[in-house]
Amino acid sequence: MSPETATPLTQEQKIDARLDAWVSTEGKPFASPEIAGAYRARAQRYADVCRLRVPDRVPTIATTGDLQQHMMGVTLADYFYDYPKAVAAAIAFYDKFPLVEYFPFSNFQPGPVFDKVQYQLYRWPGAQLGPNQGYQYVEGEYMAADEYDELIRNPEAWLLRTYWPRIMPGLKGLAGFPSLLGSLELPFVPFFFAGIGSPQVTEALETMLEASRLTGEFNAHMGQLIGTAMFAKGLPVTLGGFSKAPFDFLGDTLRGTRSVMMDLFRRPAKVLAACEAITPLAVKMAVDAAVNSGVPFAFLPLHKGADGFMSDADFAKFYWPSLEATLRGIVAQGVIPMMFVEGGYNTRLAHMAEAGLPAGTTAWMFDQTDMAKVKKFIGPWAAIGGNVPGSLFQTGTPAEMRAYVRDLMETCKPGGGFWMSPGVVLDHATEENFQAWLEAGVEFGAY
Amino acid sequence: MHQELIDAITGMDEESAARLTDHLLDAGVAPADILDDCKAAMDIVGKRFETGEVFIPELIFAGDILGQIAGRVKPRMAAAGQQQQRIGKVVIGTVQGDIHDIAKDIVAFMLDINGFEVTDLGVDVAPETFVETARAQGARIVGLSGFLTLAYEPMKETVAQLRALDPGIRVMIGGGQMDGKVRDYTGADAYGKDAMAAVALAKGWA
Repeated sequence: MSPETATPLTQEQKIDARLDAWVSTEGKPFASPEIAGAYRARAQRYADVCRLRVPDRVPTIATTGDLQQHMMGVTLADYFYDYPKAVAAAIAFYDKFPLVEYFPFSNFQPGPVFDKVQYQLYRWPGAQLGPNQGYQYVEGEYMAADEYDELIRNPEAWLLRTYWPRIMPGLKGLAGFPSLLGSLELPFVPFFFAGIGSPQVTEALETMLEASRLTGEFNAHMGQLIGTAMFAKGLPVTLGGFSKAPFDFLGDTLRGTRSVMMDLFRRPAKVLAACEAITPLAVKMAVDAAVNSGVPFAFLPLHKGADGFMSDADFAKFYWPSLEATLRGIVAQGVIPMMFVEGGYNTRLAHMAEAGLPAGTTAWMFDQTDMAKVKKFIGPWAAIGGNVPGSLFQTGTPAEMRAYVRDLMETCKPGGGFWMSPGVVLDHATEENFQAWLEAGVEFGAY
Repeated sequence: MHQELIDAITGMDEESAARLTDHLLDAGVAPADILDDCKAAMDIVGKRFETGEVFIPELIFAGDILGQIAGRVKPRMAAAGQQQQRIGKVVIGTVQGDIHDIAKDIVAFMLDINGFEVTDLGVDVAPETFVETARAQGARIVGLSGFLTLAYEPMKETVAQLRALDPGIRVMIGGGQMDGKVRDYTGADAYGKDAMAAVALAKGWA
């Protein structure tokens, strides 16, 4: 049963079909039957967690950002500019830690692509930052208050012609991109393509093609890395698509933190309308990549809905409704959204539980939220994970780590639906603490 | 105290706050008195923040309203040769390698409104810059901000260099991935979980 013959399937059946295809080893070029078996067991374990079944043991999934680079003695800039070196370091990292059982995403990124388009939203190692400074967002107001209406009316047109030239000066010529209506009548077509052919639009399109070619170079190496991880090491890939909460799309890199917070007072209706306009795009972005990659999980880091960032009333009004709509839209197409819930969510859990999202269709990785509360409010209807503090990995001892994992397992393991992860994307950990964490996962994770 | 102005600020009513400020100034009220009203209002907002009645949007918006009031009031203070009373000096910044500034800006603002003379060094600040500024300003309180785990090492190094300058200097840390364990690791005196905690710490040390 293919998930693409969608109409007769329920969303749960679509999820199961996609998960089965992901777990299956048939037709995949594993190096040996043993590795295929390890892959299948690991993938099944995580699939069981997502569907709220009890697996054979709790899966331990290492979310890493710059950890591999620091541990393997390469620079963060190497992971942006020296792809063969990055691939070799990543594979050496898997070999060093055989208990890493899932493909650990890292900050392996195509620096030349960002250079080509002159990407302004971030600074990254090897370019504006030193070789060992992690990539970071540059807080700012990238969309003016008086641009809400244009965004709401036609988000992608506004992004293409106004926002892209602003955040990627290499594509500034897109400001002159002609109206798409120009393709709707034969006599209009020459005008449309004449517009495309204007020097500034052509230059932008050529830059895009070059960025695309540079991305292809990167993807060849990324493909090699993922191929090695999956087929030679048996590491399932657990993230296929990416997206964000609509409020975060608006608040993070369009309006910026300060401006969006003040918009809650100055133009609340516009904020809500913008979130609504962004929602279908947020769904499409998550689903397209997850379906194309065959990895039926979409990763959504959650930012501005955390405890303290707004009141529970504002969370219920501004943050949650468009996030819920996004999640329902993703799930409807058989993809499991996996939210990385950054910060604390202690006061949000009850509201989330009331939403009645279908059981076994979403996964939530927590940072600093009380996991006993998470187990109580979220555990009955969604997979949960996360919580091991980044500070413990870096400044604790192996004994403290073991004790922490033991306690976390006691709280969250019963009944299944739990996987273990750090509460952060790990940049720093001592080798001893990281190894102790992996071992404790096996020691305390068995059912 | 001008209760109407205080209510406008705590009620997040920026138009009334601006109008009332102009009205008070035109009526001859001393600029320093209006700043006292602002401080009283921000005390209320801060207390509501501590008790979980208001959150970061209200802190940011109230801060913006106060900025608008200060913009109206301060030219008249300068013209009258008046200065605000200060209870202590604080040097603050985001440590080397980290460029996050939102939380640090809120802390700096709350310290300022609570009577501290704040020198904000910005982001990605080298340990030596903290030390040189603390020495030049004669500041005995330093606030180190960092959002990422990469901030731990530069925080530790900054604390060490500050201690070498002045063993009695007080250092507080705060930010996304900070906690008591990181305080121990870095050798800082205290960890503050938010802007109000930072104000309480600084007042305790001033």
